[in-house]
Parts: sequence; C-alpha cells; structure tokens
Amino acid sequence: MTVAVIQFGGSNCDRDTVQALETLGFDAELAWHEDGLPVDTTGIVLPGGFSYGDYLRAGAMAARSPIMDEVREAADRGTPVLGICNGAQIGCEASLTPGAFTINRSARFQCERVYLRVENADTPWTAHYEDGEIVEFPIAHGEGRFEIEDGRLDRLEDEDRILFRYCDENGAVTDEANPNGSKHNVAGVTGESDHVAVMMPHPERVSLADIGGTDGQGVLRGFSDA
Amino acid sequence: MSEFTATVTVRLKQGVLDPEAETTQRALERLGFELADLRSADQFEIDLDAADEDSATERVTEMTERLLANPTLHDYDVTVEEQ
Repeated sequence: MTVAVIQFGGSNCDRDTVQALETLGFDAELAWHEDGLPVDTTGIVLPGGFSYGDYLRAGAMAARSPIMDEVREAADRGTPVLGICNGAQIGCEASLTPGAFTINRSARFQCERVYLRVENADTPWTAHYEDGEIVEFPIAHGEGRFEIEDGRLDRLEDEDRILFRYCDENGAVTDEANPNGSKHNVAGVTGESDHVAVMMPHPERVSLADIGGTDGQGVLRGFSDA
Repeated sequence: MSEFTATVTVRLKQGVLDPEAETTQRALERLGFELADLRSADQFEIDLDAADEDSATERVTEMTERLLANPTLHDYDVTVEEQ
C-alpha cells in the first residue's frame, strides 16, 4: 500500500508531495521513472517540476517515457492518479486527461496564490470540500493555460469533469481572476473516470499548517477514497 | 533506399492564443515596424533513409502525430525532399 510519486529528471515537487502525503498518514515513496512502479503501488502522483527541461512542450517528453505505459495500465485497473502542475501537463500530453496546458496568456512564469472554486465535490479529489467552496492554492507555472476544442469543453462541462475553476475571493469566476487565460477558468479536470485527475495549482504546497495553509489537504486525501 | 530530408512545420490552430507571438509583434512595433499580424511556428528538419518519398512522408507524419505536434493545439505540414 503505497502512493508512488514518480520522479523524472527535472521533477522538483516530488519530495514535497511525499512529505505532504506522509503528514496526512499515507504511505508514500519516490519512484524513479526508470525503475518502474513499486509492486505495492495503490496510488500515483505525477509531481510538479520541469521534466526534461520542458523541451518541445511542457510534459511532452515525460508523457512518452516507458513508465507512463505502466501508469496507464494502473489507471485502467482503477489505481488513482493525480497530476500536479508539470504532472498535469504530463497527464494531458499522455492523454490520461483531455486538453492541454500551454503558455500563459501573460507569456510569463507566474508564481502566486489564487482562489479556486470547487466545481464538483463528487470526485475523490474534491469530496472533502463542498460544491462551490472557495479555497486558496499557489500556482507556479509558465504553461498553465488550459486549452481544449470548444466542443470537447462543452462535453467536459456536461459530464461534470471540471474539478476547480479560478475565481476571485468571493467565488466569482471572472476574466480578472483567471491568472493564465485558461478556457472557462479551468484549473483542473478529470479523465474519463474520476479516479484520474490533473490540476495546475499545488495542493501539496498547502497541506502543512506551518507552511502555507491546509486548503490542499482535501485533494491529497483523495487517495483514500479514489 | 534513398536519403530524404523532411521538413515538419507545427503551427497553432487558428483561434488558439499565441502569447509569445503577440509579445514579439509588440516588440517589433516598438522598434518602429508596421505589421498587420505575426504568427509563430516550430520547424523540424529530419534526415532519414526510406524506400521512396511516400514512405518517408508516412514515417515523418507518424513522428509528428506521436510527438512533435499536440493535436489539441496544433496543425502541421510535412514536406519531403530527396537528397
């Protein structure tokens, strides 16, 4: 029983994620991508960072590395998978989740705190929140703008697969509260099945009371429910 | 087998925002140039051996679809020339 946090060359939120998970009582361990998944893997995190130097497109190289075949097989068997930041880019590049995360509207790297509105509290990753709840998470990305064809976005919304949207402190989903130009302010989505999800904001950076806050704990607790 | 060079051009689909191109256009305008629009694209040149032009095109097209372009974001062109 362990949540495997996959390390690629250039991952840099891997240790933070293990620490946050352990603080919440999960057994978690780093898994170097060339070593494959640990045999007792019961959950998978694709962590943040700059895998392969963001060459070509953020996440493009890691998404095509051999361990991702194992991740896909595990996801198909029902193992929960969460991609955070660079892990979200990898998840979309690997088609575990729909759409793509690309260059911010500002064309700049942005490291700031944002408000998110919980769009669907009926997934493992959001079950510890209420529908419409407003939470505060950090973002740290240069390629976080969610892009997807309009018809596919309509379908995602119809299927309730949006986890979070960027909003203001009162929960209003506005263009001003959209830090990176994401379509319809989307900050996180689920795959075909809701035990697979990706998000650009960093739950592991708001999971320890002494560092940053605890708003992100609910997302990581999804590993007990997924 | 013959030697070919394929040129793959990967562009953003129409309607997809291109913040780097917008920033580049503004920089050109600050330098005093007048322009109506600017679009950016990535170009890859691939040397390969293949039986004929069709099979070179087919292989490079597969490379493009598997890695070089992201179908959510991009359109692409492949041209092949025998060396």
